[in-house]
Parts: sequence; structure tokens; C-alpha cells
Amino acid sequence: MTIHLKDIRYTYPDTPGKQVLNINSWKVAAGEQVFVHGPSGGGKSTLLNLLSGMLQADIGEVSVMGQRLDKISSRQRDRFRADHIGYIFQQFNLIPYLDAIDNIKLAHQFAKQNTSSSLEDDIKSLLSSFYIDPTDWQKPVAKLSIGQQQRIAIARAMVNKPELLIADEPTSSLDQDNRDNFMKELMAMVSEHNTTLLFVSHDMSLAKYFNRIDALADINIAGAVN
Amino acid sequence: MFFRLASKSLLNRKGSVLLTILAMSVSIFVLLGVEHIRTQTKESFNSTVSGVDLIVGARTGSLNLLLYSVFRIGSPTNNIDWATYQTIAENSKVAWAIPISLGDSHKGYRVMGTSADYFKHFSYGDKRKLDFAEGKPFSDLLDVVLGSEVARKLGYSLRDKIVLAHGLGKTSFSLHEDRPFKVTGILATTGTPVDLTVHISLQGIEAIHIGWQQGVRMPGNNITTDQPESVTLQPKTITAFMLGLNSRMATFRVQRDINNYRQEPLSAILPGVALSELWQMMGILENTLRLISGLILIAALLGLSAMMLASIREREHEIHLLRVIGAPPTYLFLLIEIEAILISLFSLIIALSGLSLSSLLSGDFLVSSFGVQMDFTLFSGNHLLFMLLVIGATIIAAALPSFFAYKNAKLSR
Repeated sequence: MTIHLKDIRYTYPDTPGKQVLNINSWKVAAGEQVFVHGPSGGGKSTLLNLLSGMLQADIGEVSVMGQRLDKISSRQRDRFRADHIGYIFQQFNLIPYLDAIDNIKLAHQFAKQNTSSSLEDDIKSLLSSFYIDPTDWQKPVAKLSIGQQQRIAIARAMVNKPELLIADEPTSSLDQDNRDNFMKELMAMVSEHNTTLLFVSHDMSLAKYFNRIDALADINIAGAVN
Repeated sequence: MFFRLASKSLLNRKGSVLLTILAMSVSIFVLLGVEHIRTQTKESFNSTVSGVDLIVGARTGSLNLLLYSVFRIGSPTNNIDWATYQTIAENSKVAWAIPISLGDSHKGYRVMGTSADYFKHFSYGDKRKLDFAEGKPFSDLLDVVLGSEVARKLGYSLRDKIVLAHGLGKTSFSLHEDRPFKVTGILATTGTPVDLTVHISLQGIEAIHIGWQQGVRMPGNNITTDQPESVTLQPKTITAFMLGLNSRMATFRVQRDINNYRQEPLSAILPGVALSELWQMMGILENTLRLISGLILIAALLGLSAMMLASIREREHEIHLLRVIGAPPTYLFLLIEIEAILISLFSLIIALSGLSLSSLLSGDFLVSSFGVQMDFTLFSGNHLLFMLLVIGATIIAAALPSFFAYKNAKLSR
């Protein structure tokens, strides 16, 4: 079991009356690719932050790859995230003034496996597999197109070979062509590495790439009440 | 990777970073410059005279006497009688005596009448005697020995003829043009007021003033140049004199005896004591300068802090991203600190090179106008300590923005 949530309650400290998360039980098996859809404001970001260990639930069990995230220190959670979880956002996936190689190296730096002997080569083959032209490897990523940036973002998220990849609306800044390319490359990547994928979007047209589709409102009862 | 991230992030914000570096450089430059000049001047001051046990002049304050006899600054209050000088010089406790007679000048440089003993006994710095770069002491009546700066600035060499002026002004209208002097010696550079002095014999002083009364030449009273020898050239008065004693133990005894001298009111001072008194007076100015330069540095550091703080707002996404890829909040704290330290390191380098350059360029000017010799060894232990201090202050100044980054990272979601 890659993800197992049980009896989660969460309320932001600055809005005490409003419960954001209320999850009784939710599971994702290893290697599963799950499409989660729902409106913004449905506790989506909170749920993802909980899974990545950026946030702690008020009560409840958060278990990722068998590790109880609610039982370990915040430093350990940072470490766990670097080692086991890849993350792609809608935008700002990369440090704009670093080049593609440095961005990926940076992500690698925080993870446990420091086999840096072949790191440079790994990164280069990773970038090639995402069709990033070698002339663009040394440019600050801010100079590249959004489509290229999002593909580098997948490479960055995958460099530590995470068991779980979380994608938070990664296609909403892309046009139709780029979106299809992005989805194909992403799906190829996760099936090749047998990565568990949690893909969150409100764009139902993307659901066709997935075999399991969950509505956020079904997972999170608090969201349904609102 | 950590340094790469920090330096690229700084490069990404060139404008504000450059301005901050400039502000820091200027303030460090001022602080180091003040400190450098202070220590150098102190050293230079304290090395102006050594091996002289007592300086004697007409009754006056010790600072005044020190200033006019050693630094050639200001004017003597009164002259002392030649007979008095002779009496004291012949005292059994006195090893040697150097008479000094001031009052004339040459193109703004002061003329000092003295005896050949001056070159034998006067010493400066660490008991160093005066050396001749060229030529020898004066032997003839109208011979002159130049300090190194005088010779260099005015372009004189041996056997040149120079005309002295009456009084101390740079442009004097009453010249002693009837008796030109011949350059017989040029002293080696000392880094003291000696470099700025024109030395002639006491008899020379007398000779050029024959026929002068009350500071003006009396018409019809002229004598021809070959006449002086015929006139008795024993000086009647001198301005001051320096004493070397046989035993330093006797210094206070002799000082008291001179101060109580019956025939004439005299003051005898210990040069070392007077020098430190002089330095104490400068102390207030010195500390004020230090305070001001310290405040300038604090202002610059606050500017740095404000700049970093503003940058953190711009970099919220960046901080969030770093958090997501696994950077702990302390990493963000250190990142901001290292950026600030890099800025201050750059500023130190710029300030130090600026200081080396400007002291190289101004060294000449300082020697020629103040007789202060500058040392260019900027990377002394003191400076290293200072650099560490600046880095330390930077770390403290950057603590606030770093803490903001840390807090931002903790709450980042």
C-alpha cells in the first residue's frame, strides 16, 4: 500500500471554525495511477501537503510507503519527501535562474542516494528522454518555453526514482499539443519505473489516461459539506 | 551546489546586490581607512624623534615646544640666550647638545639653523641616525643640507644654489637674495619632518641676517658677500636645543634644574612624554572618527538586511519549491546567510583593493605635506581580525531576513 489515510481531520489554525479535511479512509496501492478531480478550494492542496509531509494533520494516521508520517519529526519528513516523493506543480517547478542540469542536481542533493559518479550522465539521459535539446541544458530555465519547463519538471521529480509521484494540475499552464505530449511522457515514465502516480486536476479530459478516477468530494467529506 | 545556488541567486538580482556591495564597500573603506591612517600616523608621530632626552626652549607649554622644535609647526614664543645654551651644554651631565634656530624658510619649507652635531646625534624611529643620500654635512658658512622631500619636490641636486626667504610664508617678499646657499648634502628619506627641512649652520643664519633689523633689511647697511667672515658670527640667540645626557637617570634632575634656571625662564620637556600628550589630544578626534565610521558600517549592514528581506518576498515560490524537493528550513536560513556573507566578502575585497590603491596614490602626498610615512601592508593581523568582525556583523545583520526565510519555509504549504 503506497498511501493509506485514516480518520484525518484538519483545520487551518487561522480559520478555526472551518474544517478543511475530513477523511475516514483512503488507500492507493503501489503502482496505481490515480486521477483525483475536484473544484479548487476542496482541500486539494491541503491533502497533497499532508501526503508530502509538508503539513501535519490535527488527528489521524498518514501512512506513505508504510511510513507513518504523523509519527516522525519534521526534519525526517523533509528527508522522506526528498527520498520517496516526486512533486510537480502547475508552475514554478524550477529555480528560474539555474539551468536544467543544476535544477535536477539540486533536487538530487537532498535525497539519500548520493552516487554522484554517474549523476551527470543520468541527468543528461533523463533530459534526452524528455526531448530537451542539449543546447538548452545549460540555459537558465526561465529562458525556456513553458512546455520545456514542465518536461524538465518531470525529470526533476523523477531523478531520485521516487515511489510516489504527486502531480498538482501540472498541465493547466500548457496548450493542447503540449498537454498531450506532457501526458504521454509522464505516463510512459511512471509505467516504466512502476511509480505510483497521484494526479490532481479539474480537467476531466485528462481522465482517459488513468484506470482509477476518484472525486475529491468522495475522499474528503469536509469538502462535500462546503 | 549550495554555493552555486547562493551565487546564482545573487547574480540573478544583480542590480540590488551590486548597490548593496557598493554601499558596504564604501563603509568598509572608510572604516579601514580611518583605522589605517590612525595607526600609521601614531607610528609615524612616535618615531619622529628618539634618543633625545630633553628638548629645551623658552618657557612655554610642552606641546608648543614639541610642535615647533620637532614638527616645525607653529612658531616659537621667544628665543633663548646663546650664553644660556652654552652654560647648559657644558654641564657635566650633558653628553651632547644640538642648538636649533628657526624663523626662515625656502619656498614654504622651514629653514633650521643648527650645528654639525645634529647629523651626529639626532635620531628618529628606532634610534636610527640621519643618513646622507648624497653629499655631506655643511662645512662652509653658506652650505645647506636638504631634507629628501625638499630636494625631490623642488628638484634640487648637489651644488645647486638656493636663496632663502625671511619669515615662514610660502611666498615671502623679503628674500635673502644677497647670499645664496650651495647644496652640499641631501638626507635620506626618514618619513619624519626632517624630510621637509632645510638645514644650515647657525653661522649661516647669522650671516644672512647681517644688516637686518626688526625683520627688514636696513638700506645702506649692506655688506658684500665676502665680508661675513670678518664679522663675528657667534649667534646671540637660538630658538631651542636638544640634549642627550650621559645617564638617563639624570633626566628629571636636569629637567628640574633647567626649569628652575635663574637667568632666563626656560622649559625642558621629555619628547616621549610630550608625544604621548599630543597623541592623547588627538584621541578624541580619533574616537569620533571611529564612531562615525562604525555607524556608517552599521547603516550599510542595515541596508543589506533590508535588501535581503525584500528579496525573500520575491522568492516565496523558490522557497516553497526548495521545501518540496526536501530542503529543511535550516537550509533556507543558511542560504540567506551565505548570500549575505558573499556580499560582505566581495565588499571587503573591493574596499581593501580600493584602500591599497588609494594609499599608494596618496602616499606621496602624505609624505610631502605632512611628513607622515604610510605603510602599505594592508593584510596585517589587525585587518584579518577586522574582516572577521565584519563577517560576524554581517551574520548578525542577515539573521533577521534569514529567520524570515526559515519561518516562511516552516509555514510553506
